Amino acid sequence: MLIEVGHYALALALALSLTQMVMPIWASRTGDPVLRSVTVPAALATFLCIAFSFGALTYAHVTSDFSVQNVVENSHSMKPLIYKISGVWGNHEGSMMLWVLILALFGAVVALARNSVPPTLRANTLGVQAAITAVFLLFILITSNPFTRLNPAPIEGRDLNPLLQDPGLAIHPPLLYLGYVGFSITFAFAIAALIEGRIDAAWARAVRPWTLAAWCFLTVGIAMGSYWAYYELGWGGWWFWDPVENASLMPWLAGTALVHSTVVMEKRDALKVWTVLLAILTFSLSLLGTFLVRSGVLTSVHTFATDPTRGTFILGILVLFIGGSLALYAWRAPTLRQGGLFAPISREGALVMNNLFLSAACATVLVGTLYPLALESLTGEKISVGAPFFNLTFVPLAVPLLLVVPFGQTLAWKRGDLAAASQRLFVGFAIALVVALVAIAVTWGGPVGAPLGIGLGAYLILGAVLEIVTRARGKTFGLSLRRAAGLPRSAWGTALAHAGVGVTVIGIAAQAWSVEALATLPRGGELRAGPYVAVLEGVLPRTGPNYTETVAHLTIREGGVPVGVLEPGKRFYASRNMSVSEAGLLTIGVSQVYASVGETGTDGRVGIRLYYKPLVLLIWLGAVVMALGGGLSLTDRRFRVGAPALKPAPRDAAGPVPLHSVPAE
Amino acid sequence: MTRRRRRSVLIVVCGAVLAVALGLVLSAMRDTIVFFRSPTEVASQKVAPGTRFRLGGLVEAGSLKREADGHVEFAVTDTGSTVPVRYRGLLPDLFREGQGVVTEGVLQADGTFRADTVLAKHDETYMPREVADALKAQGRWQEGGAAAQGAPAQGQAGPVSRTATQ
Repeated sequence: MLIEVGHYALALALALSLTQMVMPIWASRTGDPVLRSVTVPAALATFLCIAFSFGALTYAHVTSDFSVQNVVENSHSMKPLIYKISGVWGNHEGSMMLWVLILALFGAVVALARNSVPPTLRANTLGVQAAITAVFLLFILITSNPFTRLNPAPIEGRDLNPLLQDPGLAIHPPLLYLGYVGFSITFAFAIAALIEGRIDAAWARAVRPWTLAAWCFLTVGIAMGSYWAYYELGWGGWWFWDPVENASLMPWLAGTALVHSTVVMEKRDALKVWTVLLAILTFSLSLLGTFLVRSGVLTSVHTFATDPTRGTFILGILVLFIGGSLALYAWRAPTLRQGGLFAPISREGALVMNNLFLSAACATVLVGTLYPLALESLTGEKISVGAPFFNLTFVPLAVPLLLVVPFGQTLAWKRGDLAAASQRLFVGFAIALVVALVAIAVTWGGPVGAPLGIGLGAYLILGAVLEIVTRARGKTFGLSLRRAAGLPRSAWGTALAHAGVGVTVIGIAAQAWSVEALATLPRGGELRAGPYVAVLEGVLPRTGPNYTETVAHLTIREGGVPVGVLEPGKRFYASRNMSVSEAGLLTIGVSQVYASVGETGTDGRVGIRLYYKPLVLLIWLGAVVMALGGGLSLTDRRFRVGAPALKPAPRDAAGPVPLHSVPAE
Repeated sequence: MTRRRRRSVLIVVCGAVLAVALGLVLSAMRDTIVFFRSPTEVASQKVAPGTRFRLGGLVEAGSLKREADGHVEFAVTDTGSTVPVRYRGLLPDLFREGQGVVTEGVLQADGTFRADTVLAKHDETYMPREVADALKAQGRWQEGGAAAQGAPAQGQAGPVSRTATQ
């Protein structure tokens, strides 16, 4: 019964979101503000209906209701509770449910954000958001219904793909979707602005927190996915330039550019037309990612099913929203008032460089991802574009961008002084150079790229520190501390996020020093990777709730002294007749020793692969620091007070200023 | 600086960066792209030794040999032709004789394929798409028929698992 009610709630949500979509249009025809205000309760009700529907599906999974096809295909009564819950979105239908749930969640939060968004802009934004929600609800109801019943119901389910039975599934998709789908709000704001035909600093200020929040979630979501792949796949890599990874990287690159261009728009009322385009492109890339992952044109862990009607439907959604928004842009953008120009050497100029390099890098990833698909559909020739391609295209574009970052922070708005900025950064550059030289000396004969990368990372971190130091420096130390505490939180957030980039760069660069060793070991056999030696103590059987496991027991020694134990295993899931490797990880500081097991031979020897991964945790910690920086910026005072007037009102002006009370025409 | 000059500086810089990006993409396209070949294509197209490509097909039954030093040898077949493969490393969990496999590596002068990456899918019923197409080309594939294990059951398409020695 609950299942049917859940299904009904989903249909009801479709009706509600259609209402929410039509009302702002009707309001602009009749000029009746009441119609416009309907969008707010409609957005809340849509969210509640979808949340109920999602809850019903979760309930079916948790109680192992095998009369529901979705539960049968992806669950098992013996599966641990956490995987029963996360298994809800570990399949095609459920992950689309999560997608619309978050879509509606963002709509509901915008509806509740009374103070920060002008009312007409909010109504139009909610209208656009509702259009996206409606189309995806339609997609679920027509092609991917999770509430289909099975009669007769089987006694046992087929279990979730064992690779997905990991805490990573509970964290990675929700975070990634909060980011991916969060950009839908920025998109909706951009379309609303194009429909209204006005766009200004107040628009940028209203949009910025949403963009920043989505960006933070996407950053952590991608990092989490990368770490999951690293420890679950058992082959030691952290980024594979897989099309599915690229699908999430592209919106991140465009979103990073957007976060920076909205700053220029907010502070200087410039780059307007570009920012709107970027907002459209960022969400378009999110949609493209959804299409690539969900339609089955790619095959990977993320592709749960290949059903051509779904692919066609999502392609239709893609064409509708990307084509429609770009057409609207082409039609309306020329009517937007252009912003001012500025000197090339200035904060704005540096942010333009940021946007330029990020867009170019994003474009190379797009080409590398789509070219094989295009070539195959045109000529039938199958190719693969892998890491070598992206190392030759993405990296050369990323390095100059990173070199500009500290300059951008320290240059003044309007007209900057490059000589003074270089002087301020000189200390940081000198220290970073020393760090790189020391790293080269210590690891003489090793790869040269790694020390240079470490130096680059140090330069980024020092640049962020110097920025705060320069801004806070006073006559006495106490005064400096007070000034540092008085700096706006966005300044601290910027510095923190940029330092996080530096941390990640160091982690990535250090991977050039990682060591891999491979051998088939008898009991008591030894294997060395870098400074660590693994000794195979024995192989033990172990039983889990829904699997049996063979665990290799390894002692890790450094210079003869035991430092820890690794227990990589191979799990066999009888319900799927499938075995999965579980890597063993030993964390030492921010470095890791990593082992995975292969087959056990007839002579009792076990295949062991051992890695030493120096500083590897910095890759993901850096991403977390970036997101914390973004989060800190979000708490900045100017986002908590109301939307400002065009001519800067007194800073403490409370409540919204009715900027957009004129009906859009 | 006049408005006009500022605008032209902006345009020149943007153009330069985009041109560099385009140049990088075009040069990388020439050198880094790896083609997919089925055993029949390897035989009929006389692929030169030293060429790097992806070889895909079925692991021939009874061909798997493990050596004590960690090397493995097996043969990849599309039922028309067969190519012997040599690889050092751990094989993916679902690497089985008779199952689909994709390997990446370099063709040697003696006709063996020295693989440095082996990809298989983490699912019993899954067949790599490239392999399915290669088998179709050999007329050994019926949609939904005897080879129905090639079509992934709903909700079961597994992820790529790779092992690489580099």
